[in-house]
Amino acid sequence: MFFFQFQAPPDTSGYMIAGYAIAFGVMFIYVVSLFIRYRNLNRDMSMFEEMDKDK
Amino acid sequence: MQAKPSTLKVLDVVSLILLGVSAYLALVFAPTEAVMGEVQRVFYFHVATAWVGMLGFIAAGVSGIIYLRTGDLKWDRVEMAAVEISLVFFFITIVLGSIWARPVWNTWWTWDPRLTTAAITELIYIAYFMLRQGIEDPDRRARFGAVYTLIGAVSVPITFMAIRLFRTIHPVVIGTESAEAQGGFNMTGDMRIAFFFALFAFTVIFIDLFWNRIRMGTLADKVEQLKLKVMQ
Repeated sequence: MFFFQFQAPPDTSGYMIAGYAIAFGVMFIYVVSLFIRYRNLNRDMSMFEEMDKDK
Repeated sequence: MQAKPSTLKVLDVVSLILLGVSAYLALVFAPTEAVMGEVQRVFYFHVATAWVGMLGFIAAGVSGIIYLRTGDLKWDRVEMAAVEISLVFFFITIVLGSIWARPVWNTWWTWDPRLTTAAITELIYIAYFMLRQGIEDPDRRARFGAVYTLIGAVSVPITFMAIRLFRTIHPVVIGTESAEAQGGFNMTGDMRIAFFFALFAFTVIFIDLFWNRIRMGTLADKVEQLKLKVMQ
């Protein structure tokens, strides 16, 4: 009689979750940084345009 | 202020959708690998981010060559945008690789040829930004950046070929791997779909971010010029 033993893969889901959380987190932070820098540049542009007009 | 082109707006939305679909394919659609378990799923984003990271470093080198030939500062902005985005993606690659290595190699980090060359590549481009900041003259800064990225780009093929030329424990996805490689696996059809889709999705995401970052660089230069004019 044969006994078949199926070995389940190890539970490494915690590592997978950590990996994807970091990947999405880093991408999110980068996109937010792009947005903030762009917004600040637009603000500076408007301010200098005003100053240039007043000059 | 220049309005965002509608093509770029569409590309922003498409990139977001592709990222979502790619995550679905990697996390749900692709089967669980029998030996490593769920952690193998980080492979899809690990390779895709490495691909766009290397693509950007090469693009920066090419932009550097064009700048040296033309002297047009536009290419300096393109080069800087490529390096910045690639640094972000390559950082994700290294972190994902380290997380995968913990259960598979039983260590977060080892000074294997691939890991070492990847870390050196990342450090080379971090130094690029630090050194650039020390140069005030825009032309000198651009010339320095162009030469630096041109030389720095040599690290990309070295990193890529490290697992094919040296004795290494890092597995090879396409091609023949070293006899010492640990953690390799054969991709099933569904795994291939998730893998190639991730490569495609991240290429589109890279193009989208690249375009946005170049626009930001152009705006930053305009602000700088206007600032100088006003301050005179």
